[in-house]
Amino acid sequence: MIRRTVRFLDERLGAAPALRSALRYVFPDHWSFMLGEVALYSFVVLVGTGIFLTLYYVPSDELVTYHGGYEALRGRVFSEQYGSVLDLSFDVPAGLLMRQTHHWAANVFVAAIVLHVVRIVLTGAFRKPRELNYLVGVTMLGLAIFEGFLGYSMIDDLLSGMGLAIAYSVAMSIPAVGGDFAFLVWGDEFPGSPSFWPRLEILHVLIIPVMLAGLIGLHLAQIVRQHHTQFPGGLASERAIEGTPMWPGYALRSGGLLLMTAGLLFLLGGLVQINPIWQWGPYETWLSTNGAQPDWYLGWLIGGLRLMPPLEIVIGDYTLVPNPFFGGALFPGIVFAVLYAWPWIDRRRFGDRAAHNLLERPRDNPRRTAAFLGFLTWVFVIFAAGAGDRLYLVSSMPYEGQVWFFRAAAVVAPFVVWFVARRVCEELRAREDHPLRGWTGQVVRRTATGGFETLAGEDGRESDGR
Amino acid sequence: MTQGPRNRILRALLALVALVLGRRRSPPEPPSRDEPPLTAEREVGARRRSENVALVLLAAATLAAIGFSVDYVADPDTQVLGLCLGAALVLIGAAAALAGKRVVPREKAVGEYHEFGDERRQEEVQAIVSEPGEGVSRRRLLVVAGGTAGATLGAALVVPAASLGPRVRDRVLTTPWRRGVRLVDSHERPIDADAVAEGTMVSAFPDGAPRDSLGASLLVVRIPPGELDMSAERRAGAPEGIVAYSKICPHAGCAVSIYRHPLNPPTAPEPALVCPCHYSTFDPRRAGALVFGPAGRDLPQLPLQVNAGRQLEAAGDFFDPIGPSYGGIRTR
Repeated sequence: MIRRTVRFLDERLGAAPALRSALRYVFPDHWSFMLGEVALYSFVVLVGTGIFLTLYYVPSDELVTYHGGYEALRGRVFSEQYGSVLDLSFDVPAGLLMRQTHHWAANVFVAAIVLHVVRIVLTGAFRKPRELNYLVGVTMLGLAIFEGFLGYSMIDDLLSGMGLAIAYSVAMSIPAVGGDFAFLVWGDEFPGSPSFWPRLEILHVLIIPVMLAGLIGLHLAQIVRQHHTQFPGGLASERAIEGTPMWPGYALRSGGLLLMTAGLLFLLGGLVQINPIWQWGPYETWLSTNGAQPDWYLGWLIGGLRLMPPLEIVIGDYTLVPNPFFGGALFPGIVFAVLYAWPWIDRRRFGDRAAHNLLERPRDNPRRTAAFLGFLTWVFVIFAAGAGDRLYLVSSMPYEGQVWFFRAAAVVAPFVVWFVARRVCEELRAREDHPLRGWTGQVVRRTATGGFETLAGEDGRESDGR
Repeated sequence: MTQGPRNRILRALLALVALVLGRRRSPPEPPSRDEPPLTAEREVGARRRSENVALVLLAAATLAAIGFSVDYVADPDTQVLGLCLGAALVLIGAAAALAGKRVVPREKAVGEYHEFGDERRQEEVQAIVSEPGEGVSRRRLLVVAGGTAGATLGAALVVPAASLGPRVRDRVLTTPWRRGVRLVDSHERPIDADAVAEGTMVSAFPDGAPRDSLGASLLVVRIPPGELDMSAERRAGAPEGIVAYSKICPHAGCAVSIYRHPLNPPTAPEPALVCPCHYSTFDPRRAGALVFGPAGRDLPQLPLQVNAGRQLEAAGDFFDPIGPSYGGIRTR
């Protein structure tokens, strides 16, 4: 069987040499190298469940009277897209499972990408020759966040409508061109023309997924060309890569990861409720709630919008820069500009123009680690501020006081983290301790003669104290 | 401690063995480009226990997968379906990972990184790219002309994007409110002035006009007239202390749907209208002035009047532009 297949392929495509090197492709081993794989496998689940959902979703804001399986909304009149998602959730067998799994997969997808980017930066994997692949990765992060937002905006429930109102306001706030730009996207003044909904749908189910798939292909092709990076040690060097070959070990392990990621997402989708649109109800421009919260990966933008002081740049009676621009467009713009520019900033800072295949541990470059953690802290404080109202509900800390606290923290905390991280890295580098692998010191006792005797050695074993 | 000659010979032998073994473990020669990666370590032989565990996992996965189909046919239930499908996937995944680690041959292989940046090849490419310019006298002019034509064509291809929507112009500033337009509630019933009680917030819409435009929806509250702190013109638009504001937040377009009305004035904060999206907070007594939050403008007020039938109606259009700010909106 195997022989016949190989012969068939090789005699027609000359595939044997390529198959041979693919099967023997070497993957270095480290747990953190799996983050990107989790993102890839979440994307697989997203495409699979997404195709199922596409077969039911109707991108129309025609009004319909609801007669479906959810009793509390029966007889209500609302838009067809909201009705079609309700039908999918209540009347299509396994429909709710697919929808919730899709939503969970989106959350895990973005989370895995973010952790993957953090890993890449902290270990210096973005350095020459891999800058181009890093740019592809950052682009995918931006697309993934946008794609997720589009996904829950298509439903026309209260949460999606509020999100779209904010997106419209941020689009409007772009200086000079914002008003016309928002009108082009929405086809009219908010809530938009009927053609707005097919536009959302085609972006969400075709254009962005195809872009993501293309970029994933490019990402993987570059990895195959350049090979993975690896940590030093063993036979690993700048010229030789050490690890598990694709066949059979790595294929089985990574295939196992694919199945376990998908399984976990289906368990979440089946057992843990997410975005109960029937509780939010249909959206109307005059309705809003603070009970519905957006997906986690938009928290930083909510936080940016909420923390911004009430500043609008007005010249005479002409508004030049409306307020939502700062938190909703300028802030993410700066974050992505820093991410895109990072390899070149790093290159300039350290004057390092050489190609690297060996990774650095975060401690090996305290200045890079400290700078990136400070940057992350800035984004994270603003992200946390986006959950201030939830924090108020669980702790009754006054909301206005929290906003002032977060405003101060967004300025101060990055420098504190920068300083602490730098010191910790320098200490760790000097001592070669590992924070998670326990203590490696020695216990000594002063002897009567003035010397020292060792009670416990470096390996933790009792020694006889010579 | 003294060292006998035997001891010394033993040490030398040990050193030799160590040297030989160490050599075998040192990095092998990087393989040439067409050769597959070398195997550094290889351990063959499945552990019986691991095989057994993998078999149990696969059997359980089979049961879970069958369970999914059975539940789907019998009585689809989201929890059971998710549990069965998720469990089947996780179990097969665990079996695969276990097989990869303990059943199939365990192998460490060594491959080679490609080296990039062969300068001779780079020069060849450069030469090929610049070849077409050979013997062309007005090269720069042609390049500029070609670039210009390409850029204008690109612009021409992008221009039709403008038909996606209308120009913004003053559209966003027009609202359905005119003098004499009656306020109705969500069931199209006119709103009686006496029905607006202190401490409650009433949502209102223009009679006979679509409700979902940003300029349509209102919130109406009653403030004791003595507490109103606004210009005489605006106060005239708040008969009996009944004051109407646009329900759409001038920050990011959400509905201002929270009315914070103090139940116990000595300890509670001042009354306020709050948007639940970014918590812009407006004072209903002071013409919708911003007291906290990110909004760059105050909440727009609509002048009201009470008609002969004690119903609320508009006394004109809003005092200020409504809806979220945009680059170019003019504050009046």
